[in-house]
Amino acid sequence: MKEYRTITQIAGPLVFVEKTEPIGYAELVNIVLADGTIKRGQVLDTSDEIVVVQVFETTAGIGRDSGVRFTGETIKMPVGREMLGRILSGGGKPIDGGPEIVPEKRLDITGAAINPYARHPPEEFIQTGISTIDGMNTLVRGQKLPIFSGAGLPHNDIALQIARQSKVLGAKESFAVVFAAMGITKEEANHFMADFERTGALERAVVFLNLADDPAVERIITPRLALTTAEYLAFTLGMHVLVILTDMTNYCEALRQIGAAREEVPGRRGYPGYMYTDLASIYERAGVIHGMSGSITQFPILTMPGDDITHPIPDLTGYITEGQIVISRELHRKGIYPPINVLPSLSRLMNLGIGEKHTREDHKKVSDQLYAAYAEGNDLRGLVAIVGKDALSERDRMFLEFADLFEDRFVRQGKDENRAITQTLDLGWELLATLPVEQLVRIDRGLIEKYHPKFRGQRQAGAAQPQSVKG
Amino acid sequence: MKEEKKTVSKAGVLRRISGPVVTAVGLEAHMYDLVKVGREELMGEVIKIKGEDVIIQVYEDTAGIRPGEPVVNTSLPLAVELGPGLMKSIYDGIQRPLSVLVDRMGNFIERGVSAPGLDRTARWDFKPLVKKGDRVSAGSIIGEVPETRSIVHRIMVPPNVKGGVVKEIREGKFTVEEVVCTLEDGTALTMMHKWPVRVPRPYQEKLNPDIPLLTGQRILDGLFPIAKGGTAAIPGPFGSGKTVTQQQLAKWSDAKIVVYIGCGERGNEMTEVLTEFPNLLDPTTGNPLMERTTLIANTSNMPVAAREASVYTGITIAEYFRDMGYDVSLMADSTSRWAEAMREISSRLEEMPGEEGYPAYLAARLSEFYERAGRVRTLNGQHGSVSVIGAVSPPGGDFSEPVTQNTLRIVKVFWALDAKLSQRRHFPAINWLNSYSLYLDILNDWYAANVSPEWNTLRAWMMEVLQKEAELQEIVQLVGSDALPEEQQITIEIARMIREIFLQQNAYDKVDTYCDMTKQYDMVKAIRKFSDLAYAAQAAGVLPQQVMAVKAKSELPQIKFIKDYRPELARIMDSMEKEFNALRAGIS
Ligand SMILES: Nc1ncnc2c1ncn2[C@@H]1O[C@H](COP(=O)(O)OP(=O)(O)OP(=O)(O)O)[C@@H](O)[C@H]1O
Ligand SMILES: [Mg+2]
Repeated sequence: MKEYRTITQIAGPLVFVEKTEPIGYAELVNIVLADGTIKRGQVLDTSDEIVVVQVFETTAGIGRDSGVRFTGETIKMPVGREMLGRILSGGGKPIDGGPEIVPEKRLDITGAAINPYARHPPEEFIQTGISTIDGMNTLVRGQKLPIFSGAGLPHNDIALQIARQSKVLGAKESFAVVFAAMGITKEEANHFMADFERTGALERAVVFLNLADDPAVERIITPRLALTTAEYLAFTLGMHVLVILTDMTNYCEALRQIGAAREEVPGRRGYPGYMYTDLASIYERAGVIHGMSGSITQFPILTMPGDDITHPIPDLTGYITEGQIVISRELHRKGIYPPINVLPSLSRLMNLGIGEKHTREDHKKVSDQLYAAYAEGNDLRGLVAIVGKDALSERDRMFLEFADLFEDRFVRQGKDENRAITQTLDLGWELLATLPVEQLVRIDRGLIEKYHPKFRGQRQAGAAQPQSVKG
Repeated sequence: MKEEKKTVSKAGVLRRISGPVVTAVGLEAHMYDLVKVGREELMGEVIKIKGEDVIIQVYEDTAGIRPGEPVVNTSLPLAVELGPGLMKSIYDGIQRPLSVLVDRMGNFIERGVSAPGLDRTARWDFKPLVKKGDRVSAGSIIGEVPETRSIVHRIMVPPNVKGGVVKEIREGKFTVEEVVCTLEDGTALTMMHKWPVRVPRPYQEKLNPDIPLLTGQRILDGLFPIAKGGTAAIPGPFGSGKTVTQQQLAKWSDAKIVVYIGCGERGNEMTEVLTEFPNLLDPTTGNPLMERTTLIANTSNMPVAAREASVYTGITIAEYFRDMGYDVSLMADSTSRWAEAMREISSRLEEMPGEEGYPAYLAARLSEFYERAGRVRTLNGQHGSVSVIGAVSPPGGDFSEPVTQNTLRIVKVFWALDAKLSQRRHFPAINWLNSYSLYLDILNDWYAANVSPEWNTLRAWMMEVLQKEAELQEIVQLVGSDALPEEQQITIEIARMIREIFLQQNAYDKVDTYCDMTKQYDMVKAIRKFSDLAYAAQAAGVLPQQVMAVKAKSELPQIKFIKDYRPELARIMDSMEKEFNALRAGIS
């Protein structure tokens, strides 16, 4: 392989090389330093005159005297079953002291788009054991559902609890977790690793670690390596793979950095105009394919800068993913775990995975009614702050109390509390029963008669008995 | 026909590759010529010519392509194939059938595979509608094909063919490439023709858009209707209901043909349409919805240049069916992703960026696109229409951004989605105070004649109550609702009924998903009746709390979920009147 020593310019993570033979767009490049170290990069722009290379590591040590080797192929990732249980760097090299991975296949890390015609609609209910998710923002297999959090909030605990408890009811299938860390602290990484080890999950996991002090540009490839691995496990080996990507905010920062180095016209708040498309090339690598037994479910985690959901990172993510789970600082301050605010949260694929066939026939309506009632009660809090409780009508007071009760009983649960979906739904009914039946306008009569504790009580006890609220 | 040999133009060579935009030199080219790029012959289109350089956007991934590889000009514009086989199909942005791509290259979309838009082997039953000696001209219908159970595909003389006297026309089963008709001057006509996507298809004249496109969605048909041939925009932050609304329109609007463009959005959403539509029945024909639908799916992770093209591919197909005399509705989800594709290409061209980096021609492109909507008299004298409904995805949900603003300058209907509503699961989350329809006046006569002479008054009444409620809510925010005068407390409750009963509509409920005008009218009448009785009772001294406790108030919402709702509605109305009478009797 020919080695060029024609570097003319180095700017941020970009290296400009001259007088080359024709070089392919997106090719993998190895840059050889004087001491023999090899740094990897990729061709961003290629022409007769100049080739622009984006380096995935720090450019420290690269100079005019460095050699540049173009490999003639796009970046490939060696994958294999052996990767389960292994810990790799954000660039895909083993860092657990174990042997090199013997590849069964080498795959392009960009991954091709799944043909929409080949997709199978995600519809298998995943029980996470968390009421606010299962009951009101149901996750299904093949979904991409991010956690929108803020600095210092317990998103990692929630992600771990989900990873631990998630199961598809009545199924015994092979599953795996692919965990990709981008720019998180050593401490956070240890927290994840300790939990994986404690629960034995590590055996079924592939871990990619790009930590806070690792090169920022490497973060551009980390999620792609993770997803390439996930695709192999899912669509070649037939496993159900849960991919956790954290923290996508760090990924986007790296993207911004490269954009700036390329002197591109920046989009909103300095992020590249193509960030939507770039993020889509990550998030869309989730799903279920016709006739294949595996699946990829994605749990990206991101911290919203300034807790601002309209910031480009959560905003563009929300435009691509199939909903979002929003963590609230306010609930966290109130001491509620998991502090999930259901109002801005959403699972768009929920309807496919609930109902008679999957969970229970009343699921959708209970969820709708809980939403409506909690939203109403929550609105009234603002009013109470101004006019005081006494100025409220009796109806308003009931909703106000409902909101408190909802947070305390439905939202709040233990870190190891794993609620079955029927428990979650029954709990929902129990709370709704504190409101007069005629206020439950989102639920049809038939379901009320079947599931409302008041009527259930009647049916069971035979006679009308006042039901106590406390379950 | 097939031996139409092109003068082979000189092949050029690639000089530069930068993502989806490549530069060739030594190529004779005209703007928007279709070219084949590189050894793998990837499809591309000429988008700029600058001195020696010909700049090309490539519809497929360019990884691995090198300077020096050849570029060949086809000297044809990007065009779609129009003929039987469009219905029930799902295409990418440049009309490659996705089902064929799965057969050819498996579950993932690889590059370098071309596939014709229309199946070359399928044989269609052609029935001539003209005979030897008849004179036909551009746009004339010469025959028909039963394409699906719902759609009779009318075969036309292409708009760019002069026509003449029919020399021979054949009945029977043919493929789209076989000649079915020849004219005296030797012109041979097949069931298929091609049309360049960036050129609007001609028609005789535009007609007044005075018929509503009924959608079965109460807030749309009832408050902010769109006309057949009209344009509407549906902007909203993520998760506010753009896609669900568009899908509802695709399912239930009373257009004959639906073209649904998934432009830069999610793969699973297209899959959902693909799995759902074959199983849902069209309320007018009773046949599966898929039988009248064409899907274009260029999802967010598919090449951006093809995303840019997808919108044109879709509207050209829509115009083609319009020319047969059909009402077509076209949904584009999302026009923002299309605009972003333009932005991305433009920035690679190093063009002078306009507002927020969008190219200066953004406004022009948007208006050219929406201008292709309309109700028209076609070349063959029929009435056909294309209604265009575009989703807009403003960053941060902020409507002041360029795509939303430029769109609102063009479209006549604005359905403003509101995150506050969607968060409390008020669906459709269309804000009734900010939305508008400029077709209301022109549609009044239709509603009066076809729904009820009373309809327009009832509609105005609903808007008035909702407006009033908004004003009252401001006061409530300061003093609490109990401080309001009794009459106004009732107004708030009536507004709540309008919101919860009429405006809220659950797309996922078997019955409520579609509500015809008769039922809409019955529902409004019932609320109006309640309102009249409530104010009268209050005036007579009945307390607001008593009015609100009238059973009908909690019973009326149930009507939504009942298919044959009339007996139940009658019962509720009857007991409502009795209850109010009793309340008033209790006072005197
Ligand atoms: N009419 C409706 N009835 C019931 N639910 C609805 C309705 N409209 C929207 N929803 C709910 O809101 C969710 C989000 O809607 P949708 O996917 O249409 O949002 P969107 O505006 O297209 O978002 P994005 O811009 O991210 O694509 C749906 O998954 C559904 O749960
Ligand atoms: Mg959408």
